[in-house]
Amino acid sequence: MSFDINSLFKKDWFGLLIVVIVGSAVIAISRPAFISAFNLYVLMLSVSLMLVVAMSQMIIIAIGQMNLSVGAIGGLVAISFTGLMEVYSMPVGLALFIGLLIGLACGFLNGFITVKTGISAFIITLATLYIFKGMNLGITEAQPFYNIPESVKFFGNAKVIGPIPFLIIVPIIITVLMWFLMNRTQIGRYMLAYGNSVQSSELIGISSTKIVITAHVISGLLAAIAGMLVVCRLQLGTPNIGDSWLLPSFAAPVIGGAILAGGKVDVIATALGVIIVAIISQALVIYKIDPFFVQIFLGFMILFAVFINRYREYKEETRKKVFTHEK
Amino acid sequence: MNIMKFKLPNFVVTNQFGLLLLVIVFICVFAFSTDGFTSRFNIYALSRVVAIDIMIGLAMMVVIITGGLNLSLGALGVATAMFGGWCMEVLHIPIIPSILLILLMGTFLGWINGYITVKTGVHSFIVTLATMSIYFGLMTMLTKAEAFRRLPEAFTDFGSMKLFNKYISPLLLLSIGMCFLLFYFFKYTDIGRKLVAAGANPEASELSGISVSRMFIYCHMLSGFLAAVAAIMLTTRIGAAIPSMAGHLGFDWLLPAFLAPVLGGTLLSGGKVTVFGTMLGAILVTLITNGLYLVEVGEFWIRFFLGIILLLAVLLDKAREYLTQKNVLVS
Repeated sequence: MSFDINSLFKKDWFGLLIVVIVGSAVIAISRPAFISAFNLYVLMLSVSLMLVVAMSQMIIIAIGQMNLSVGAIGGLVAISFTGLMEVYSMPVGLALFIGLLIGLACGFLNGFITVKTGISAFIITLATLYIFKGMNLGITEAQPFYNIPESVKFFGNAKVIGPIPFLIIVPIIITVLMWFLMNRTQIGRYMLAYGNSVQSSELIGISSTKIVITAHVISGLLAAIAGMLVVCRLQLGTPNIGDSWLLPSFAAPVIGGAILAGGKVDVIATALGVIIVAIISQALVIYKIDPFFVQIFLGFMILFAVFINRYREYKEETRKKVFTHEK
Repeated sequence: MNIMKFKLPNFVVTNQFGLLLLVIVFICVFAFSTDGFTSRFNIYALSRVVAIDIMIGLAMMVVIITGGLNLSLGALGVATAMFGGWCMEVLHIPIIPSILLILLMGTFLGWINGYITVKTGVHSFIVTLATMSIYFGLMTMLTKAEAFRRLPEAFTDFGSMKLFNKYISPLLLLSIGMCFLLFYFFKYTDIGRKLVAAGANPEASELSGISVSRMFIYCHMLSGFLAAVAAIMLTTRIGAAIPSMAGHLGFDWLLPAFLAPVLGGTLLSGGKVTVFGTMLGAILVTLITNGLYLVEVGEFWIRFFLGIILLLAVLLDKAREYLTQKNVLVS
């Protein structure tokens, strides 16, 4: 067998997987409530929502940019989705389709302005964050929509088997697709190449316009899906959906070893990053720790991940240097 | 004579001139089209808001010099304000030492941002994203999200003081004073020039013997200091230190923080400062917001318009950059 255990240790996701397993084992032993059916159900729900949000941010990190408007797109789509069903009594399918279309349009706008003006995506998405959020508040006047069709409510509450929520199917499909996109398709590889070096990728004939707009459109679509998943979960469309996504959306890819300068992301590691964040938030609740502490902890997690990544880069560099000296 | 000929058009194409023109146009439009814009009450209220927005804009500007940014600005500001409230209300420290402690605290929190950014080499965005949630989380945890409302009267009186026939708040004078101070600092002092040079071209600065890392840390410390000043001003204006005074995670400060320097013509890639541009930018933003309220566009749409303005500002900035390729570090 050519299977090499050493190559496994070098993967970004392997260390995280161990953290997940050991962490859950420790928590489960000290607090058996952690593996109760209800707790696992809640855990999987929060994982499934944040997974989509993290993927939405990850693809923008892949091209070396950032998208502050993920939450604002999610919120705008969420209230449009519910608003169309409640006010215009549209069928679910059509509302869903329009919701996706809005996400696509928002993403396209971000990508188009960023690539055409060459202004940093940070400032463009900060502006569109306020535009999307302003539209959201302007339309709803901060009032939630309560009348959600039964089918949507059912989708948000149903369970596949045991504690596994129905809702988790969508994020799993998305994660698989994203893995395929980033690892096996030309456009995915081009995105990473673009993130790694804009100049070289342009020199070998990759179109910046195509890459940046595609990445932002996918990001917008994923944010839209996340927004609608939250509607299914909450059973209502409130204007503040998406307000708190910013920090977790960056936390998971960074913990998963993504390099913010672009060119390196790992879908599996990002997914594990989401799970780690969810387990920790859950554990803090189970251990009855101040809920404000979750936020502080998340901040420290990001800093910790940053230090670890830096340390690994440093080791990699020194290893290379030794290698060239030997030669 | 020749110099004069060239200087005038130069000033006309600068950002500041365009801004000044816009400010005047907006003042005229709002003064004639709405009731109450020129009322004593409105001008006084405006002067108090502008003062704080200028300070927030400056606090962001000094980090943008490095090509980085400071997301934790609002969280840092609120954290220092709450710290100040605690010093004055619980520890009964007199006002002046309290203010010094607040400024020290802000500088220290800024130092943390700068130190981590420089030591890890990670973009300041992600570092300040993390510290933002840490500062804000710690602040809410320690204060249990409760406000300090019994501050010394002498302290809160300053915020409601009225000068010049009751038209202008002393806070505005403080902000404008700070602008002149910073302008002098960046234009004429050795260290100020070094800060800008380090941001403009880190490699060249490093080679000419400037410690770029140290300069970047100084920028973050200065940012923390200015955020603390803004926090003190906001506390005296409200008359209390409230955990939610800059919104969740201090996000309410973020838009004015970016709008003012970007409108003012500070390059986001770093290495260029426009102190007075930032000041005019902040004035313009406040004017527009105030005007939008007066023409009753609806509170909920304000954010939408501010977003559009930011977008237009960066697009205009791009166009201007394209038209006038100039190389003035400080203006």
